Amino acid sequence: MSTLNVDKVDPSTGTDLELGTSGDTVTVPSGVGLTLTDSTLLLPTTITSTTEVKTNKISPATGAAFALGDSGDTFTVPSGATIVNSGTATGFGITAASFRPNAKGLIINGDCAVAQRGTSFATMGNGDSQYTLDRFQWSEEGGFGVAELTITQDTDVPTGQGFAKSLKAVCTTIDTSIDSNTISYITQKFEGQNLQLLKKGTANAEKLTLSFWAKSNLTGTFTMAFKDTDNSRLYSTSYSPASADTWEKFIVNIPADTTGAFTDDNATSLAVDWNLQAGTDKSDGALTTAWEAQAEGDRAVGQTNFFSSTSNDFYITGIQLEVGEYTSATLPPFQHESYGDNLARCQRYFYQCCNGNDQEITGAWYFSTSMILGILELPVPMRSNPTLAVGGTTDQFIIWRDGGSDNFTALTRDKSSNFNTRVSIYNNNQVSGTAGQAGCVRSAHADASLTFDAEL
Amino acid sequence: MIISNAKYTKGISGEVTGVSATINGESMSIPLDLSNRHYAEILKWVEEGNTIEEAD
Repeated sequence: MSTLNVDKVDPSTGTDLELGTSGDTVTVPSGVGLTLTDSTLLLPTTITSTTEVKTNKISPATGAAFALGDSGDTFTVPSGATIVNSGTATGFGITAASFRPNAKGLIINGDCAVAQRGTSFATMGNGDSQYTLDRFQWSEEGGFGVAELTITQDTDVPTGQGFAKSLKAVCTTIDTSIDSNTISYITQKFEGQNLQLLKKGTANAEKLTLSFWAKSNLTGTFTMAFKDTDNSRLYSTSYSPASADTWEKFIVNIPADTTGAFTDDNATSLAVDWNLQAGTDKSDGALTTAWEAQAEGDRAVGQTNFFSSTSNDFYITGIQLEVGEYTSATLPPFQHESYGDNLARCQRYFYQCCNGNDQEITGAWYFSTSMILGILELPVPMRSNPTLAVGGTTDQFIIWRDGGSDNFTALTRDKSSNFNTRVSIYNNNQVSGTAGQAGCVRSAHADASLTFDAEL
Repeated sequence: MIISNAKYTKGISGEVTGVSATINGESMSIPLDLSNRHYAEILKWVEEGNTIEEAD
């Protein structure tokens, strides 16, 4: 091999300089540095390195997009490495704050699909606070006046969002003379043991984002309250429909609260209220800018009176409560569930075991000649020892045994199992049979109902 | 909740295990459990001067 020592090689004519011939290999020996003085180096279509390429930035050659590999490729992020979302980048889907493996959204029945108690709750008024669609309670406080409303499950939903049902409230009796201490609202309550991931009351407390679709014929100010019932703390805010009778998506950011931890148990720790009406005692303060020791006057400042006209309505669906702070551009999509999954989550709090004629309830046996006893399996562990509610007029239940049957009206609960997955029920004064005989208990009338309630 | 009446009930072992009550017009069988909202309301109702009847 010969050696040519020169300080510079230039084209003999023009500006092009060729190095070797096609098929040649040009080798730059190990230890040699190659310095490029221009900021742009034009390279061939494909660059191959079987070891490592180090750079601080990769950008598209043209336009604003580039592809990473091909379909079927695998990219490995080594143990200990971190991919960081700088804060506003989209497309990640899951962020560290919202990553909850094997967990569902905090709101239950946010798509309003489950309605075990029925689909219409008519003319609710003073003293009628009650659960309506699963997990959603209409509640009134104070000297609630003459106002009444009806809540139904409706099929009016925002177009193209994947929802089939909404909760609809209609004012049926107006009240324009609101007692000062009155407030009414639609609410969902949460168990403290399901909120520990929020780290409330610590320096690492999480922010929250509530999102929902709503529409109303009213375009005034609607208020919301987030109530920490363990520590009597409050965050209140408002939202305002811009157009009447138009579905709009609202996003509410809730600050972190470093004061007051949620108690780690099965009791209520947090309530989220959509206010409908408020007297002066509930609205003469100021909406909060941070969590505070609950001041009653701060709960619903500026609240439009939903009960001002029987033409007033309010729809809501697509409700999600996310850990972290999101905007409309960064909010994770609504976690749609199968009806079965949604129903099962609701049944932790309420289970409609029987609703109508000729439905199977449980196996049972004659504990004595005048008492039958059955052990009823609940579909999921209930939140607490549940209340048994029996509906129907007379002889709406029947036990079939020994080739015959025996009708009865009442059922009483006895004991629950650990985790409330089974309940023993009995009738001890309306049946007659032979001790030891077994049978099956069914409903025997269209008005029969049997429910288990462990709501908050 | 509007509680119309309340009466203790006994289970098969003869011990009191619940309260039978009419709440908002509905017939309910309620466990003696403070985390049950109906029992909590019955206790408030008792604090207001009402009485739960003894079991049969």
